This record gives sequence, C-alpha cells and structure tokens, in this order.
Amino acid sequence: MSTSTSHPTHLAHHFADPQQQKDSAKLGTWVFLLTEVLLFGGLFCFYSIYRSWNPDMFYNAHKFLDVALGTTNTVVLIVSSLTMALAIRSMQLGNRKQTIWFLVATVLLAATFMLIKYFEYTHKIHLGQLPGKWYTFEGIAGSNPHIFFSAYFLMTGLHGIHVLGGIGLIIWLIIRTGKGEFSPEYYTPIEMTGLYWHLVDLIWIFLFALFYLIG
Amino acid sequence: MEQTPVTEYKIPERNFLNETKGIKSWLLTLDHKRIGILYLISVMSAFFAGGIFALLIRLELISPAKEFLTADGYNQVFTLHGAIMIFMFIIPSIPAAFGNFVMPLMIGAKDVAFPRLNLASWYIYLIGAGFALYAIFSGGIDTGWTFYTPYSTSTSTAVIPMTFGVFVMGFSSIFTGLNFVVTIHKLRAPGMTWFKMPLFVWGIYATALIQVLATPVLGITLALLIVERFAGIGIFDPAMGGDPVLFQHFFWFYSHPAVYIMILPGMAIISELIAAFSHRHIFGYKFIAFSSLGIAFTGFLVWGHHMFVAGQSDLAAVIFSFITFFVGIPSGIKIFNWITTMYKGSISLKAPMLWAIAFLLEFSIGGFTGVVLGTLSIDVHLHDTYFVVAHFHYVMVGGTVMALFGGLHYWWPKIWGRMYNETLAAIAAVLVFIGFNVTFFVQFIMGSQGMPRRYYTYLPQFEGMHGFSSIGSLIMAVGFFLIGGYLIYAIFKGKPSGPNPWKALTMEWETTSPPPTGNFDVTPQLRHGPYDYDKVVAKNVVPEYMHEH
Repeated sequence: MSTSTSHPTHLAHHFADPQQQKDSAKLGTWVFLLTEVLLFGGLFCFYSIYRSWNPDMFYNAHKFLDVALGTTNTVVLIVSSLTMALAIRSMQLGNRKQTIWFLVATVLLAATFMLIKYFEYTHKIHLGQLPGKWYTFEGIAGSNPHIFFSAYFLMTGLHGIHVLGGIGLIIWLIIRTGKGEFSPEYYTPIEMTGLYWHLVDLIWIFLFALFYLIG
Repeated sequence: MEQTPVTEYKIPERNFLNETKGIKSWLLTLDHKRIGILYLISVMSAFFAGGIFALLIRLELISPAKEFLTADGYNQVFTLHGAIMIFMFIIPSIPAAFGNFVMPLMIGAKDVAFPRLNLASWYIYLIGAGFALYAIFSGGIDTGWTFYTPYSTSTSTAVIPMTFGVFVMGFSSIFTGLNFVVTIHKLRAPGMTWFKMPLFVWGIYATALIQVLATPVLGITLALLIVERFAGIGIFDPAMGGDPVLFQHFFWFYSHPAVYIMILPGMAIISELIAAFSHRHIFGYKFIAFSSLGIAFTGFLVWGHHMFVAGQSDLAAVIFSFITFFVGIPSGIKIFNWITTMYKGSISLKAPMLWAIAFLLEFSIGGFTGVVLGTLSIDVHLHDTYFVVAHFHYVMVGGTVMALFGGLHYWWPKIWGRMYNETLAAIAAVLVFIGFNVTFFVQFIMGSQGMPRRYYTYLPQFEGMHGFSSIGSLIMAVGFFLIGGYLIYAIFKGKPSGPNPWKALTMEWETTSPPPTGNFDVTPQLRHGPYDYDKVVAKNVVPEYMHEH
C-alpha cells in the first residue's frame, strides 16, 4: 500500500485512507439494502397471509394480469441489471465514454419498465380493478377480491417508486461521470447504485412470480 | 491518601463550540458532536412536552371525578404522552444524543462514517416531529400510542398525520443505526479491537442493529395503516375483510424490539458509570458485551407476549411466554456483573453514580415484574392494568431515564467543559428517585387489585393510591426542573472542569473538554483498556499534552 501523504479529492477528511472509505460505503449500502428487504418483507407477509386465506380468489384474480407484459418487464429489468454491471466494469477499465453509454442504456430500460407499468395500471384503473374501497370490477369469484389488487398496487407501486429513485440516481451518476469525477481508483457511487439496482431487479422477479404466475 | 493539588483549568481556546459561529454553522454542521447537541435539545424538548402531558394525566386522576379534562380530552392526553415519550423522546434519546456525541470519541474516530446522513437524520426527525405536532393541533389523537386497529381505522381524530410523523421519524432512527453500525465496524482507532471497546459502544452497537432490523417493519406497518384508513385496502379492517390482530403482530414485531432500543443504551451508560465510579475493572466484560447482543436477538422472538389475550393460538402464547423468560437471563447477567464490579470497589457517590444506583434498584423491580407479566396465566389477570403501566415505567423511566440523566451528568463537563453544582445535582437525583417511586410503586398494587389502565375514572377504593401517585409525579417534576436549571446555568457559569474530572479511562476523556472539532489534536493511541483501573494510576490518566496550563 502506498503511504504517501497526498489526500485525493474524493477522500473525506474523517477517513484514514480510500480503502476505509470504500469499505464503509459498501457496508453502509448492504445494511441499507437489508432495511429495504425488511420494508418489502412486511408487504410479502401481507401477500402470503391473504393468499393462504383466499387461495381461489388469488388464483382467479391473477388471470387479469397480463403475463406477456409482465414477462417483457422482467426481461427489461434483467437486461438493465446487466448494463448497470457493464457500466461499473467500464469505469474499472477507465473508459468514461462507455460508462456513460451503459448508464444511459440502464435509464432507458428503466423508463421502458415504467412505461409498460403505466399501461398496465391505466388498463386496470379503467376496469375498476382497484385496491380496497375503490374496487368496482365484477367478475372475480371468491371473497374480497379487492385485497388481491390492494397487494398488487401496493407492492408493485412501492417497487415502482424504487425504480423511479433508481432512475434519479443513475442520471446523477451520468452527470458526475460526465464531469470526470470518477476514475478506476474511485467509482464507489456507481458500484453502490449498482447494488441498489440489482436489489430492485431482484424484488421485481419475486413480484412477477407471485402475481403473474399463480397456479 | 495523597493530597491532590487543586488545579485551575481553562476552557481550551479552540474547541468545537467556538470553532465556527452563528446559527447557520449549527444548522448545517456535519460535526457529530454538534449534531449530538442538536438531538439533545430536540429530545429534551420532547421530554418536556411529554412530561407536561404526564402531569396532566396525574392531576386529572387525583380524584375519580372530573378535574379539568373531559373523558375525550383525557384519551388525547394519554395518547400524546405515550406517542411523544416513545417516538420523539426515548427512542432517539440516548443513541442519537450521546451515541452521536460520545461514541466516535470513545473509539477514537474523527466523526461518524456518514456525517451528511447524520445531519439528514436530524432533519428527518424534525420533519416527522412536525407532522406529529400538526396532528396534535388538528384534532389530536385518541388511539393510545399503539394505534390499534380497528379503532385507529374508525376514529375521526388525526391518525394519519400522527402515524405519518412516526413513519418519517422511523427513517431517522434507521439512518442513525446504519451510521453507527458502519462507524463501529470501520472507524475504530488503531489498536481499538472489538474487545477493547468501551461497553457503551457495545450497547450502542446492539441498539443500532435493532434499529436497522426492526424499524423498517414499523415503517411498512404504519404505511399500511395509513393506506387502510384512506383506501380501505382490507389488511387490518375487518369491515373490508382484514384482520385487526394482524396489525398487532406487525406492530409488536417492531415495538417489542423497540423496547430494547430504549433500554439497551441505558444499560450501556450504566456500564460506564459503574466502572468509572467504582474505580474497578468492570467485572465480566465479555458477558456484558454479549448480553447486549443476546437481548437484541431474543427481543425479536417475544412480540406475542403483548397479545396473550388478543386471540392468538394457545400454543403460540405458551411459546412466546417461554421465550420471554429468556430475556431475563442476559438482563440478569448485566445486573450481577455491575454489582460484582461495585463489590470491594472504592465507590464515589458523585451525581452520575447516584443515577446509576437508582437505575440498579428500579430496573431490577421493572425486570422482575417483567418476568411476572411474561408468565402466561398471571398476565391474563394483569393484562391492561396499572401493573403493566408500573412495570413499563419502572423499566423505561426507572431504567432508561435514570441512565440518561446519569449520562447527562457524566458527560456534561465533557460537552461544555464546565461543571455543574454537585450539591444541587445530588439533591435533584434524590428528589427524582423519591418522586419516581412514590408515583409508580403504588401502581403495582392498584394494578394487582384490578385498576385498568387508560381509564378516565376509577372506583373510590383507589382514590388514596391515585392521589399518592399524583403527589409523587409533582416531586419528580420539581427534581427535573431543578436539573434543567443548574445544568443550563453550568453551560455559562460553571467552573471549568478540565479534560477528565472523573479520572475515567475511556478514550473520550483523553481529549480536551470541550473537544476540538476534529476530536483529537493528536491521533489517539490506545494505551490501556477502557477499565484498567487496577493498572493505571489515576493521576497519570491525563496525558501531559492535554494540560492547558
């Protein structure tokens, strides 16, 4: 390890060296992701309990979700995870331009996801397949079908908010990369956003299986 | 004994209090010490507000008749007392105020790992508190601090702003916990291994783990309650196909561990006080350290003991009751190790130590009655009586608040560099001790005789005990006002205390009082363990370079 007294600009004053700073950021991010899992955990708990109480209603209600759109969105998010990982790799290799392109691709894929979600939502709102007391649709057998759509909108909604947050973060990364703030020595924010993005992707895979593929 | 020469100390010319000036330098500070003080001011304001509500409760209950509150007004007052004391005072109190100020100093760090996140957590706390205040002034709330459904989904009071405020404050707690976990893992000074950390740091670490692991569940629970209220999603409201008992499961999955967010930091302070004022190596260091983690872990497995009569299965109730007894083991380990530390120590009864002794006496009563309540068959009888109220206050006020004030008196000279009037401090500690026990001990008796909690009125047979209890609350109030007075006076007029007035050995005493902005003028070197009183001659504790004169 170098023991030079130079202080890189990205090193905050209270850290002894860049390695300590990076390790702290990593641990902090993992702990944050853990809290995210617990936050979603409450909703997964909600889903499991009401599905176990109303298995038939959940089965009947899930037929009104479009598997083709859900599958497309799953592919879109998995590819966006790949482009995110490639963005990190490009910065490790010092290729700033390529990093920006991969980040832009990630944002576009995330936006595609949200666009498809928008079409799915508007279709359901149109039919009255809405959560709780706003539910007006008739034609799903079983007790309290509004609970299925409560779970659906809450869980995909909270996930969608996380996708939007991710889009914001990645745009911020594009700007900072453009300003030349990252280098093969320092790219922690890209890496940490990547971890977050993979979790958002992972949660969607669970949501996809639980809502679209019942049966 | 050797005559110690009287030393005249001066406040160091450059310190974190005067390094930068102006209100902006405080509101935008990234210094963990200043953020700790901002938190201290906030939580003490909440303590004051919650205390006023407590006094209103006790004054109203002086007689079974109406004094000055209507029954609805009374419901609001006890809800606000509970919600303010729990979410705005006791949860952030020790971790956010002292954890912030002291913990980085103790491990020899320059700051916490994420200073900006640290400041953000304070603002998030303020925003949450703002919503809670809005709730108070827009109709109040009468659900009790537990927000149980189905009442909380049907009452017309301001449930949404209050629960949203608590939801927001939860993020503040999560971010503080996250910051401390990373700080303790990654920012310890060279030589500061895990088992050389002061026990305060261990306690704060265990607390931070619970904050991180439990608070998100409270967040989603309250979010679901809010959505249930305005959209009727059918999770908790039976009218919409939901299950109100599920709310209790969700709520206590957080709120039982949260009880340990409240008590573990108190225990953490007591470990420091007992060792420092007994001048002895702490007995059973590793046992105390690991018992904190043991309590944190067990705390996640006992939430059902709040629901013995709520309609969970008998088998679940028996299991929860059984696991609840296990909490007694690590708590007992701590108590015995503290007492063993005091045994044959040379105890000096300074103000902080008085609070620590009050803690030992009162927490033990709170702990034992906890075992009583954890016993399934007895709890069915005592459930929702004043026995529970007394137990809870013996742990939270008799435990955590005593520890908080012990810590306040212990670190006050470190924070401001000035000493308070120690005679007044002793008087105040005794006043609060007497007032507390007068207030709450009779509540055990009332509860065992069937006085239900949260009732606006009561049978004439309880009048004597309720009156006695109310007198105690006034004595306590006098004590707390006295403390507020002499502590604030000390900030401006107190005698400079020097870097280490207690001759304690943990690292925060090796820097000046008040410390410089960067915490240590020289990179601190670990020269001895935090409790090596047997190895270090007290007068050599303060290194030469620290002397100001």
